[in-house]
Amino acid sequence: MSTAEDVIVEPGTARKYHTGSWRSKKPVVDKEKCINCLFCWMFCPDNSIIVEGGEMKGIKYTHCKGCGICSRQCPKDAITMVEEGEE
Amino acid sequence: MPVRLTEGHRLCAGCAEPIVAKQVLLATDKPVVVANATGCFEVSTSGFPQSAWEVPWIHTAFATTAATISGVESAYVSLKRKGKISEDIRFVAFGGDGATYDIGLQALSGAIERGHRFMYVCLNNEAYMNTGIQRSGATQRGASTTTCPSGTCIPGKKEIPKDLTKIIAAHKLPYAAQASPHNWKDLIAKAAKGFEANGPSFLNIITPCPRGWRYDGANTIEMAKLAVETGMWPLYEYENGKWTLTGETKRIAEGKMERRPLADWLKAQGRFKHLLAPEWKDVVDDIQNNLDASWDELLRLTKL
Repeated sequence: MSTAEDVIVEPGTARKYHTGSWRSKKPVVDKEKCINCLFCWMFCPDNSIIVEGGEMKGIKYTHCKGCGICSRQCPKDAITMVEEGEE
Repeated sequence: MPVRLTEGHRLCAGCAEPIVAKQVLLATDKPVVVANATGCFEVSTSGFPQSAWEVPWIHTAFATTAATISGVESAYVSLKRKGKISEDIRFVAFGGDGATYDIGLQALSGAIERGHRFMYVCLNNEAYMNTGIQRSGATQRGASTTTCPSGTCIPGKKEIPKDLTKIIAAHKLPYAAQASPHNWKDLIAKAAKGFEANGPSFLNIITPCPRGWRYDGANTIEMAKLAVETGMWPLYEYENGKWTLTGETKRIAEGKMERRPLADWLKAQGRFKHLLAPEWKDVVDDIQNNLDASWDELLRLTKL
C-alpha cells in the first residue's frame, strides 16, 4: 500500500545527504593563483565548486567527495589535495 | 543556468556520469523531462527518500528507456495540439551502455524509426558497472571484466565492441554524434544540436569509470581525453546524412596533431594491464588492426 511518505515530491533533496563525509583527501584552493577559468566547476562531478558572479569562491566541503578532478584539471595548479585533517 | 542535477548523489568519487549529464543539460535553457534507464546513474541519483533531480524524471527499466520517453513525448504532442500545454519542452533519455548497446536497443531503434522528437544520451562506460563490471556489447576487446576475467586462458574480452553510433546512424535520423566530456565545448555544441533537431537524436558519450577501468578517479577527464587522442573514441557527428569529424579527431585527421599510440591507452588502465605481457601481443596487434580499420573507415565516411 502506498502512502504519502513513499513519494518524493520535493526536487533536489539529495542535497540533504552530505557526501563530504566520504572524503579522504581535501582540495584546497590558492586564490592567488586562480584565474577563474571555472574548469574546476565544469568538471566537478558533485556541484561542489562555489561560483558567484563568474568567480570561483571556494569548495563546498559538505558535498565534495575529494576525487581530485578539479586539482588535476586546474591549468594554474591552484588546487592542491591534502590529507583530510592534516591542514 | 539552473542546476538540474544536484550534489548529494551517490555516484563514486571521480565518476564521469554527472559531469556528462551536467554538460548535456547545459545545452538547453528549455524545460526538460528525463527518462533514465536502470544503472549506476539511475540508482545513485534517486536513493530513497531523496532525489538529486530538479527536473521531471522517470526511472524506467533497461529495456524500455526509449519507449518511455517516446510515450511522454507523444502525450506532450497530443496535449499541445489540444491547447492544454503551451510550453516548449525537450525530452531526453539517459542510459548506460548496457541499457543502450544491449538491452534497450530494440526500443531505441523503434523510437527513432517512429520519429519521436527526443534525444537519447548513452553514458558509455564500456561495461555493466552498477552490477559489478560485467562485459557488455560496448566493452573493448582485451578488457578484463568479471564475466571475461583475464587469466592464463583468456585475454579478457575476446570480441570487439559493436559500433553503435553507426548502427544508430543507419536509421537515417536527423542527428547522431560521439562526444567526450574532456572537450566540453564540443560536447555541449553537439547536445545543443541534438536538443534542437526536429526529430530523434543520439549522443554516444565516453564516460570513464575509475572502478571498472581501474585507474585513479582524479584522472577521469584525462582518461576521456586519452580515448579521443589515441583514436579509440573518435569525435564525429552525423547530421542529415553528412559525416563530420570534430575536436581532436578532426585535428589528427588534418595532420595538425599526432594520434597518440594505442599503448598509452592500454597502459593507463588496470583492465588492460595483462595485455602488456608478451603472451598477449597478438591481442594487442588485433586491437591495433581494428583501431586502424575503424579509423580509415571513418575518414572515408567523412570524405564522402
